[in-house]
Amino acid sequence: MSEENEVITGIDAPVALKYNFTAGAAAARFLTQVKKGVLTGQRCPKCSQVYVPPRGSCAACGVPTEEEVELSDKATVQSFTIVSIPIPNNPIQPPYVIANLVADGANISFIHLMSECVNEEVHIGQRVQAQWKPQEEWDYAMDNIRYFTPIDEPDVPVEKIGHVPVSGWEG
Amino acid sequence: MKDIAIVGYQQSDLVSDAGACNEVEMIIPVLGKLYEQVGITNAQDVDFVCSGSCDYLQGAAFAFVMGVDALGAVPPIKESHVEMDAAWALYESILKIRMGQAESALIYGFGKSSPGELPIVLSQQLDPYYLAPLWVDTVSLAAMQARMMLDQGLITEQDMAEVVARSRQNARRNPHAQLAGDVSADDVLAQETFVSPLRKADMCPVSDGASAVVIATVEKAREWGIPYAVISGIDHCIETHNLGMRDLTDSSSTRTAAKNAGMHNGAVDVAELYAPFSHQEIILTRALGLDSNTSINPSGGVLAGNPMMAAGLSRIGEVFNRIVSGEASRGIAHATSGPCLQHNLVTVLEKA
Amino acid sequence: MANLAAVVGIGQTKYTTKRGDVSIAGLVREAAVNALADAELTWNDIDAVILGKAPDMFEGVVMPEIYLTDALGCNGKPMLRVHTAGSVGGSTAIVAASHVQSGTFRRVLTVAFEKQSESNAMWALSSPQPFSTHLNAGAGGYFAPIIREYMRRSGAPYDVGIKVAVKDRLHGARNPLAHLQKPDITMKEVEESFMLWDPIRFLESCPSSDGACAMVIANEELAGQSPKKPAWIRGAAMRSEPTMYAGREEVSPQAGRDCAADVYQQAGITDPRRDLDVAEIYVPFSWYEPMWLENLGFAPEGEGWKLTMEGATSLDENGDIPWNPSGGVLSSNPIGASGMIRFAEAARQVRGDAEQHQVEGAKLAMGHAYGGGAQFFAMWVVGAEKS
Repeated sequence: MSEENEVITGIDAPVALKYNFTAGAAAARFLTQVKKGVLTGQRCPKCSQVYVPPRGSCAACGVPTEEEVELSDKATVQSFTIVSIPIPNNPIQPPYVIANLVADGANISFIHLMSECVNEEVHIGQRVQAQWKPQEEWDYAMDNIRYFTPIDEPDVPVEKIGHVPVSGWEG
Repeated sequence: MKDIAIVGYQQSDLVSDAGACNEVEMIIPVLGKLYEQVGITNAQDVDFVCSGSCDYLQGAAFAFVMGVDALGAVPPIKESHVEMDAAWALYESILKIRMGQAESALIYGFGKSSPGELPIVLSQQLDPYYLAPLWVDTVSLAAMQARMMLDQGLITEQDMAEVVARSRQNARRNPHAQLAGDVSADDVLAQETFVSPLRKADMCPVSDGASAVVIATVEKAREWGIPYAVISGIDHCIETHNLGMRDLTDSSSTRTAAKNAGMHNGAVDVAELYAPFSHQEIILTRALGLDSNTSINPSGGVLAGNPMMAAGLSRIGEVFNRIVSGEASRGIAHATSGPCLQHNLVTVLEKA
Repeated sequence: MANLAAVVGIGQTKYTTKRGDVSIAGLVREAAVNALADAELTWNDIDAVILGKAPDMFEGVVMPEIYLTDALGCNGKPMLRVHTAGSVGGSTAIVAASHVQSGTFRRVLTVAFEKQSESNAMWALSSPQPFSTHLNAGAGGYFAPIIREYMRRSGAPYDVGIKVAVKDRLHGARNPLAHLQKPDITMKEVEESFMLWDPIRFLESCPSSDGACAMVIANEELAGQSPKKPAWIRGAAMRSEPTMYAGREEVSPQAGRDCAADVYQQAGITDPRRDLDVAEIYVPFSWYEPMWLENLGFAPEGEGWKLTMEGATSLDENGDIPWNPSGGVLSSNPIGASGMIRFAEAARQVRGDAEQHQVEGAKLAMGHAYGGGAQFFAMWVVGAEKS
């Protein structure tokens, strides 16, 4: 094909836009605590449910949340998936476990990694605990927690997931 | 068709950078004030909710989904969203009421433009094959438009400066304004040009902010026993995207929308025009045939603060405020979208 | 009371991984031209255009209605752009219908599209945000734990999802527009396909497609003059709830149940399995068929999978309530258009115009779409008769 007859079917037009991202007031307070190695949630003044990470409002009631609640770094597996494909822009190698975890003292799950576990043995109701990075690496980021690992505690029955007190699960 | 009215309007302070405040945190206080004004508890007390926002302002897909967190949408609500200025969310809500599926609606718009470079972000609204790769920003396009008007003798720099001065003066009475002050046309002309022929003062500022409105059938408004302004007409119209095919010194789509909305059926006491650049206010004023009998942008307009995706809805709210306060008995509000006033919406409001 | 409105023209593109032969404008125009041709109308017959698509980042064009007005013949007319996440194709059809049902317009064009090949959808969904753990491995990573919870609760056999994946691909093989053409697909092939997000296998997931869908919606008078059979809109509803709140029912969201109850009430449906002849339901991951069978009231809680396994939803097994005879989202997924395709395919069925995937004698059909974290729902019921 001669050059003048070449059919152009597409062009590369890379788009790069720069943003100065801000976390929001609630997230900023949460991350300040995470930098100290502490997980804090916020309690809804209306329905008393504890949100973590807090987003500054109770999505169910549509009201601002203020009261802060210190949570445990122990949690229960609400559900999970074993992922066999890489995450774009993330060094994690598949297969890895992503779990919806409910921290003791909270009523809603957050997403985090599980590791140092047999993937095939991960199950709903399983008890886990945060594995923190060395303290000198702590930053304003949830990945101060490297991942969660199973702990030797009895499973939480499904109907109790999301209702474990901050004092923990006795079984 | 049932008569529909605006029954409440609130907006946030317009600021150049809302800082560590996410969208939900920006919306919740505005909605709280609006609920109080209308006498309702939350979004559960209206029949429909519709919002306007743009993912690219924040730089995250599905940014609008966060907005639902501000509503108290448990149990679930009837809700929709336009990736446009919330003035179009109001339009969608009116259709919903007209078809009898709702008697009241909550409409809100929010934009946090400060995290990105707004004129550059908006350059990606352009034709993705021919124009966007050139990164032509919206300010430059508006400057070309102003240049055409100046060179054709349709306006002078003095005219533009007077628009700015009036905005700054009017905005002194608007507690939410970002830019206000005792500014004269000479003060404006003393500024250097920024993107020639535009001076910085000819351009609206970049703002963070939110606004919200409640509309209802007139029957419902009476039942609620609160002041209201009747929406006697609303229409919108888009023009070609090809700037070379448009007469940029005019706004034919604004004229069409105003005609269809019935603007000419009575006197216009007040007009709030979404003109992000001073010369565009003149284009709009002329396209609408407004004269000195109409008070133009008594709030200061968007030259005093331009919360993207909320500013068009705010224009409607500002006219509502003036009708309810008795300052005006009939007015029009204009909203725009796209480069150089490509897409325009006109709402006509009247005293009950 | 709302004015009557009906679908009088439907146009789709062929769904495929990459439509390199057309621009974004060319893609939407192709669907629109097909819809106008189907309705035997011209651009001048259209009073307004209502456009829908999923996040702008999928193509990298901010508020693309601004650029697409020329291609959609909208200059000098009203243009509205809807975005309600994955449900947007359905919501857009509903918003378009409201233009006519409100008595404001006589005849409108609605178009929904996605040209995923112009960008990288997975990247757009997973663009890293500072301050939050970046673990979003696409939509599958989000929905897999919810599916796992359904499997636990219902005790459904492991191969229900596999059966749906086969059934919808066999349906898709009857539809020349469907992206995936797999007439010889087997349970074994699906079962042996790569496990992406356990329990979701590769062949239990939707493809990533380019495509557009368009409809012309007209008022009662104009629909009555339509050369082809109209599909009368008998009910339409939307519901939303927050993505996350304490105690949220994620497997069978309240918003889905409420939305279905609303649309059934409008259409006079008391038993959806009995009253409807066919349904086009948004099933992007195979297990969502049994989950939505329950959520939408086609089966009691915990028993949706039994309908699937009995073949009740299969055209090839002469099921009593075929789901997704077009092949569904599992066969074609231009995200922003997928909801509108469901709505349009429901309309094709009651117009008796669905060719090889026609459900014999279909008189009443449902279109369904959902989006976000299964929190935004849009549904309509269309009928061959006005009431």
